[in-house]
Amino acid sequence: MLFRKRFWTRSRPTTPVRTLAELPTGQRCILDRLDLPLEIARRLMELGFLPGNEIVPAKQAPGGGPRVFRVDGSEVALRHDTAAKLYIRRNPESDLVVLS
Amino acid sequence: MSSCHGDSPRAGLLPNPSIPLPRSAQERPIIVAIVGPPNSGKSTLFNRLTGLRQKVANFPGVTVEHRMGKAKLKHQGQEVFLVDLPGVYSLHPRAEDEQVTHDVLKGERADFPKPDAVILILDSTNLGRNLVLAAPILSLGMPTLVLLNMADDLAVRGGKVDVSALSAELNCPVALISAAKGTGIDRIQQFLLGTAAKLNAPPPKIELPVLQDIPKCRQWAANIGNRASYRAPAPPIWTRRLDAVFLHPVAGPVIFLAIVVAVFQSIFSWAQPAMDALQQGMLVSGQWLGHFLPDGPLRSLLIDGAWKGVGSVIVFLPQILLLFLFIGILEDSGYLARAALIADRTMAKFGLQGKSFIPLLSAYACAVPAIMATRVIENKRDRLATIMIAPLMTCSARLPVYTLLIAAFIPNVHIFGNLFSLPAAVMLGMYVLGFVAAVATARVLKSSILKSERSSFVLEMPPYRLPTLRSLGLRLLDRSKVFLRRAGTVILLVALVIWVFAHLPLENGKTPPLDHSYAAAVGKAVEPVIKPLGFNWKIGIGLITSLAAREVIVGTLGTIYGIEGDEPTQGLQRAVHQDLSTAGAIALLIFFAFAMQCFSTIAIVKRETGGWKWPIFQFSYMLALAYAGSWIAYHLASHFLA
Repeated sequence: MLFRKRFWTRSRPTTPVRTLAELPTGQRCILDRLDLPLEIARRLMELGFLPGNEIVPAKQAPGGGPRVFRVDGSEVALRHDTAAKLYIRRNPESDLVVLS
Repeated sequence: MSSCHGDSPRAGLLPNPSIPLPRSAQERPIIVAIVGPPNSGKSTLFNRLTGLRQKVANFPGVTVEHRMGKAKLKHQGQEVFLVDLPGVYSLHPRAEDEQVTHDVLKGERADFPKPDAVILILDSTNLGRNLVLAAPILSLGMPTLVLLNMADDLAVRGGKVDVSALSAELNCPVALISAAKGTGIDRIQQFLLGTAAKLNAPPPKIELPVLQDIPKCRQWAANIGNRASYRAPAPPIWTRRLDAVFLHPVAGPVIFLAIVVAVFQSIFSWAQPAMDALQQGMLVSGQWLGHFLPDGPLRSLLIDGAWKGVGSVIVFLPQILLLFLFIGILEDSGYLARAALIADRTMAKFGLQGKSFIPLLSAYACAVPAIMATRVIENKRDRLATIMIAPLMTCSARLPVYTLLIAAFIPNVHIFGNLFSLPAAVMLGMYVLGFVAAVATARVLKSSILKSERSSFVLEMPPYRLPTLRSLGLRLLDRSKVFLRRAGTVILLVALVIWVFAHLPLENGKTPPLDHSYAAAVGKAVEPVIKPLGFNWKIGIGLITSLAAREVIVGTLGTIYGIEGDEPTQGLQRAVHQDLSTAGAIALLIFFAFAMQCFSTIAIVKRETGGWKWPIFQFSYMLALAYAGSWIAYHLASHFLA
């Protein structure tokens, strides 16, 4: 396990993608946790941003505005600073999802 | 005072005027609440069942207040009233509109009885997430009917669901419907008729998850969906294709600007023939009616006072309808949510957020519903800042004033080739000025008295839908009624009062020249204050009457110049042109852009902020802005035009 993890890190020279904000358009991912105040986290979870759920980043508003995320059958727009608090899973399973 | 918007927010000022208060429990009519997530079609269903015209549009958060209406049942029996409620994702309210739904359902509103039964309406194209709301609603223990709306959309996109299995799982009746098309409404009728019998039945037994645990609730919903063999429909292809264009980094903003420019150009050029025809019609009909009346004060009162005063405002109906048609298309298609997205970055620079953009856009129609719509903003200080700046947006009541002044003073020449005419450009400039003043004020407020932490922006994107002719037609019809009702009440009354004041006191038994009348005395009393802005006493009277509502000034000037004009065919434009300098006209435009001349708006701000503090502050700062702005404009314009 330890070896795999090191190998995985070494194979990617750039820092690995950790949050929704860093994902390129169309790259599926699995949400891991929400690092936000309870109030906002609750609303986001009601909208489908639940740990373990699949999320696909879609179009971004022109000029670095909010980005639309496809989650749980609907599309929800979030600002960059909110998306940067939503951490995604980095385990091999999520990478498998990317390939499929 | 009639307010310049549809029926729904007015119902808010006088909660549920149509409902007789129950005298005893036995006599009380049955109340059924319509609950559901935002943009699931609650108001569409409410309108269909009651025959009322609650506002509907294609974005989340249109309904911000409870509204009651009597259900039209096919069979006579117990009276049933329906309550339309703001959309919620759960019973944990975050914003003011969600609080309303929470309080009504829990029976915690002093002015409203607890409902007896619930209609839960869910979007069948996204049942997985929508079903989560069933848990807190069913836990209320009331008789419940679950409706799966947008069944037509579900079928077209290849989704399906087993209604009877779902009904067994939830232990309550379930029906697939389309509120927009009117299919499946019979099932609702049955439910409403049967509600009375079920009121005393024990609540249905069903195992529900712990409501605080959202992942558990979501899992519960997914399990139920699976057991009802729910198959989610294919993604909406057209929505994705359109978003690829409308949210394109280059094409998106270009299209946004092109739409705005096209709206203004067409308001000017398309509405002109209809306006000319109306003006001619009012003139001819006035002369024709005049033949039936004996020459004398009565004829002058009715023709010069009432007819010319009211007529000068009615002329603007085509323009206002055209504006509402465009707003209707933007709202019903779902583009508005995208516009909010595009605007969020700009709004953030001024300390606001994209959600403030939707109320501000609807303020282009009227500030009153816009101020109501701020209830969807969760952050209290953001909401207050949005309320404070909403009346600076150019509402439709300013349109007649702007059009009159621009048509009278701005030469109709083309700029940028034949693309754009100068009057249309000036009109667009006035709209931009209002918007810039609004966001600049927001910036000042948000960095001083309404400072708060940067708030989050979470907005669900509705799928695009083709606006229906019926829905657009109803909007225009309702709008015409509101406009004509106002012309026939406030504006008519002001016109009559002005006429009387302009014909008194009698000098030697004869009416005095206008200069010696009471109206002139009032106008001349305020003249010293407005003289530095380039306005004479006639404009002064108009400014006083326009405190009721902005377009009243047009009716007032119509009456004053109607009395004064020797030539019966002399148009209001020409009269204003002779009486006001160009610099004064520019100053007047600026004054109307900034001043808060609207009774209804003051009333709604008082109600929404819960006191006189904010409306007084707002009225004062806007008046100061208007006075200073038009003083500067007058002096600059006099300097450069001289």
